Amino acid sequence: MSLLAVLEPGGDGATALYIVAFSLFIIGVRRGTHPTTAKQGNLIAAFGMAVAVLATLLLDGIGNWGLIALGLGIGTAVGVIASIRVQMTEMPQMVALYNGVGGGAVALIAWSEIRHGISLGHEIPLDELIPVLFAAVVGSVSFWGSNIAFAKLQDLIPTRPLAVPGQQVINAILLIGIVAACINIAINNDDPNQAIFIAILIAAGLLGNLVVLPIGGADMPVVISLLNAFTGLSAAAAGFALDNVALIVAGTLVGSSGTILTMEMATAMNRSVGNILFAGFGGTPAGGASGGGEERPHTSIGAQDAAIKLAYADSVVVVPGYGLAVAQAQHAIKEVADELEKRGVPVSYAIHPVAGRMPGHMNVLLAEADVPYEQLKEMEEINPEMPRTGVAVVVGANDVTNPAAKNDPDSPIAGMPIIEVSEAQQVIVIKRSLSPGFAGIDNDLFYEPNTSMLFADAKQAAADIAAEIQQL
Amino acid sequence: MDLMTEITIFVLAAFVGFEVISKVPTTLHTPLMSQTNAIHGIVMLGGLIVVGFADDGLEYAIGTIAIAFGTINIVGGFMVTDRMLGMFSKKPKPKAESDGKGGA
Repeated sequence: MSLLAVLEPGGDGATALYIVAFSLFIIGVRRGTHPTTAKQGNLIAAFGMAVAVLATLLLDGIGNWGLIALGLGIGTAVGVIASIRVQMTEMPQMVALYNGVGGGAVALIAWSEIRHGISLGHEIPLDELIPVLFAAVVGSVSFWGSNIAFAKLQDLIPTRPLAVPGQQVINAILLIGIVAACINIAINNDDPNQAIFIAILIAAGLLGNLVVLPIGGADMPVVISLLNAFTGLSAAAAGFALDNVALIVAGTLVGSSGTILTMEMATAMNRSVGNILFAGFGGTPAGGASGGGEERPHTSIGAQDAAIKLAYADSVVVVPGYGLAVAQAQHAIKEVADELEKRGVPVSYAIHPVAGRMPGHMNVLLAEADVPYEQLKEMEEINPEMPRTGVAVVVGANDVTNPAAKNDPDSPIAGMPIIEVSEAQQVIVIKRSLSPGFAGIDNDLFYEPNTSMLFADAKQAAADIAAEIQQL
Repeated sequence: MDLMTEITIFVLAAFVGFEVISKVPTTLHTPLMSQTNAIHGIVMLGGLIVVGFADDGLEYAIGTIAIAFGTINIVGGFMVTDRMLGMFSKKPKPKAESDGKGGA
């Protein structure tokens, strides 16, 4: 039954292979710092994973090969099919779903560790029990929270914030209940009650649901990143419980990467992580307060005028936003850029750190449309060039271009870093209507004298503009 | 392994993580997130250990589901990252992308 078994569980051979595995993870992520080496880095990390799995399968005494093969087979089939079918615009929900199943795996492993401990009938040491409880709670929160995030991004449930009355109180009670139940299990570590443990898993799952439900679509990137960090930390905790060095290092690596990304995104939105999670920003339509009632004068143009402005500009900067991702307009925009370049107009793309539905998502979408990497400019890089830019085209972006963030200290988004399109000589905004963005406030940009509004679906508008430029 | 050794490893790994990941440019944050996401699928090893040494019905079931979940996380995560990164580097040859690579 254990033909392959050559390694002692917890022995030096297995540990050595785990060290090889986590070294490969670190090298793999390290290679991810540049687009030309990142693909290779990913393969290196995947190879590290294969080493870790192999080392575990070689452990002496491991059995039940049929079940192991069943789990591996189902997982591989689902993973392969899902990742081949997924569209680039759906990437955020795919990551959320993968993150969720990872968290689910952690919670299940924690459960079986507890069962195992109980069946042995003697005291479970606290340095094993506490990590197991941590892994169970965080894994369960992550599983259910990620599933809600997936459902929201996939439009299975409304993306707008769904708040339950007394939400904060319910969350607080759940959290206190979970902590109390964990303490109960820790105190009775000679004979923990399995029913209480299952109640902890359920309460943590409920908490995961309730925390993510009230969060609006625009804040989802932050949530996914945070849940990714959570799952990483829960995997590290499982590593403490199982005395497995590969789990500790890999889980911690993911924990720190998720934490960094979460903090960077929160900074880019000029909000704290706590505010994003608990304030339900974007849920309360603040539009009324900022005087959205009366009509403010704006200039509206058609595709033909836009085409003329662009074709005769010195340079063009495209500012893509969330709306471009929703309209799947990346290929159409690339066509416009191609037409302009044929006429000798240089085109670049200004990417705000939170453009799209997760950090860097816009870059992936534009890369899919074959936009060269060199044309993608980060915010700090493009802002100084704005005054020298002929035309800035804003496609489906809103709050990240609102000059109020700079000029109006009373604005709810005051201090948020923006792409300073209003500095450009001319601005064209492609948008369906004048309606406010996620922050729920009017965008002063739309009413500036050098701004022209092109009211249309981003994909259709871009296709029309490309056709018009061709005919000039 | 004693607890203090494990905590030492944990703290050092956290510093390594912060160092390595702060060097990744914003452009690559989505693939990075997807790749680290695949890496935490390593909890699947826990599932292997559970099933490999299990001897009761419920534990078989829990462990097998954990293996399946973890494997989805690993295989899907690495493959999807590979697809995304392929888009950043495919300039010279327009077609002929192959994803043939085993994650587990």
